[in-house]
Amino acid sequence: MDFASIDPTTIIYNLMIAATPILYAALGELLVEKAGVLNLGVEGMMIIGAICGFAISVETGSSYIGFIAAACGGAMLSVIFAVMTQYFLANQVASGLALTLFGLGLAALLGHSYTGQVPPQISKLDLPILSTIPVFGKMFFHHDFFVYFSLMLVLFVWYFLTKTRLGLVVQAVGENHDSAHAIGYSVTTIRFFSILFGGALAGLGGGYLSLIRVPQWTEGMTAGAGWIALAIVVFSSWRPWRLILGAYIFGGITILQLNLQAIGVNIDIALLSMTPYAITIVALVLMSVNKSKKSLGAPGSLGKSFIKVS
Amino acid sequence: MIKLTPRDHQSKLLTAITPIIAVIFTMICGGVLFWILGKNPFEAIKLIFWDPLMSETFSDYARPQILIKASPLILIALGLSIGFRANIWNIGAEGQFIMGALISACIGLAFYPLENRFIFPLMILGGMVGGAFWAIIPAILKSRFNTNEILVSLMLVYIAEQALASASIGILRNPEGSGFPGSRNLNHYPSTSNPELIEGSGIHWGVIFSFLAIWFFYYLLKNHKFGFQIKLFGDAPRAASFAGLKTEYIILLCFSISGALAGVAGMFELTGPAGAITIDFNVGYGFTAIIVAFLGRLNPVGIFFAGLLMALTYVGGEISQFMLGIPAAAIQVFQGMLLFFLLSIDLIVKFRLSFTKQNFISRKD
Repeated sequence: MDFASIDPTTIIYNLMIAATPILYAALGELLVEKAGVLNLGVEGMMIIGAICGFAISVETGSSYIGFIAAACGGAMLSVIFAVMTQYFLANQVASGLALTLFGLGLAALLGHSYTGQVPPQISKLDLPILSTIPVFGKMFFHHDFFVYFSLMLVLFVWYFLTKTRLGLVVQAVGENHDSAHAIGYSVTTIRFFSILFGGALAGLGGGYLSLIRVPQWTEGMTAGAGWIALAIVVFSSWRPWRLILGAYIFGGITILQLNLQAIGVNIDIALLSMTPYAITIVALVLMSVNKSKKSLGAPGSLGKSFIKVS
Repeated sequence: MIKLTPRDHQSKLLTAITPIIAVIFTMICGGVLFWILGKNPFEAIKLIFWDPLMSETFSDYARPQILIKASPLILIALGLSIGFRANIWNIGAEGQFIMGALISACIGLAFYPLENRFIFPLMILGGMVGGAFWAIIPAILKSRFNTNEILVSLMLVYIAEQALASASIGILRNPEGSGFPGSRNLNHYPSTSNPELIEGSGIHWGVIFSFLAIWFFYYLLKNHKFGFQIKLFGDAPRAASFAGLKTEYIILLCFSISGALAGVAGMFELTGPAGAITIDFNVGYGFTAIIVAFLGRLNPVGIFFAGLLMALTYVGGEISQFMLGIPAAAIQVFQGMLLFFLLSIDLIVKFRLSFTKQNFISRKD
């Protein structure tokens, strides 16, 4: 056992990489939930994104095309959910579960021949000047494009939701769909496109997982990342900025336990591998203690089907 | 324009035939999927749905297997269905299944090599307690702190999987297994084994238990106060609270019942078909049972047929894998599709559809 071999710089560097897939997925889900839809299919959309991104980038040799494919794959899967819940008015919880089960199966089917292959490497985007700062440069400014992109997207979603007209409409639809409908907004259309956006981001997160974080394809590789993304949305109280905090704390725990496993701490490996999930439960409990659903910040119409009468 | 009008009364006939329509749609889409995979769709569908029951080559193997695979699905789905009726979402049955198996394995192995006929019943009890214990965690967190039960119960699946991995290489590892992971085979010891009771039928104690459970739940939902309370809680939570129904009570009860059933399913699986605790002991029954519960319309009799059908796709899937080389994952896709169609087709059960010309001026009616 050698604690000195754990280098804080490397940990923070790896933490950002571990957090990024979840940040993407959680950000997409945040917007979907802001529009009043609870899509529990994040895990399924992520793994579809993971295999689409992996397969396309292996075939084309370009990670960037792979990422586009990952986003498209996630979005395409989410169309099923969108049609089911918005047009067929199916129960959102059950439809989300169905999406996850279906996605896991479909990904395994698609990825059959890609096990053991190596995706093309993505170049690091060393930010000029910043990346040469000692210590900090290596920690924060030595990443690939998609780490920065995820942070930019958080900024974008925050700006969109709070500062733009359309963003406020999305929030209105999520808070009270009957009122939003009465004013004349098309609840179904807005929700449909929100779900698509959420699917695309979940796909991107999955793509990041299979192309950069791991990087290879294994069946069931998301291992609950989508569910953790859902938990982080609750943890963030539906505020985009807090997603970064949640995802990075989670990434930190994951990396720390992996490091502890690597240096052979005298703790059962299974116990260490449990910690990310256990901490997620603890975080969920801490967020919900003594709070009603309203004060948590959940959108008012979350999870309810919109039925247009007349 | 399609106009939706909520139905006042849901037709029993529609409720019963819509799952069949969903199955037919799934067969069609599944056929397309197999066709894309380069297989003959008709042959694949026949291999999955017909041959396990009727073909001379496969039925000797397949018919008992259907019962063996249906029994855990039915047990778990029955438990889940009462929660789903009450809008309480326990989706961590997979974890409860594992925990039930682990606790009962601990009991069985603790007594090894003692021969006593009380060990097996004790293990059944252990399986129930283990599953219920695992399910009660999200229930308590939900009722005390209003924590999201979906996410907690699911996180516990991953924790249970780690516990299973740890146990199979740690405390439960077979001391005579020359270091290989996995416990002793409980099927080899009369006191802990769950044998086939009638030769060639596939019926073991778990199958009998699941049949009894169907009967019990049928009675519970139809004639007992608790059944009514669950329905009330799910359909009209406000009315339920005015009627003095305690939310905590319903949540705890739903979770512990479904956990106990998932746990006992794990126990029967462990002592029967699986035999031993291994790292890959769980094969996803806990998740497939969610489909079974919906396919069976959350109704005990429906769940019985849905469980058999889903078991048929498992067994048929194995056969088609063997005969046509259709990947195992295709069956999972197939099952997922079934749930899509099932949930979507519910629209015509809940609403009356009428086709109208698009009309921008709303009529007074």
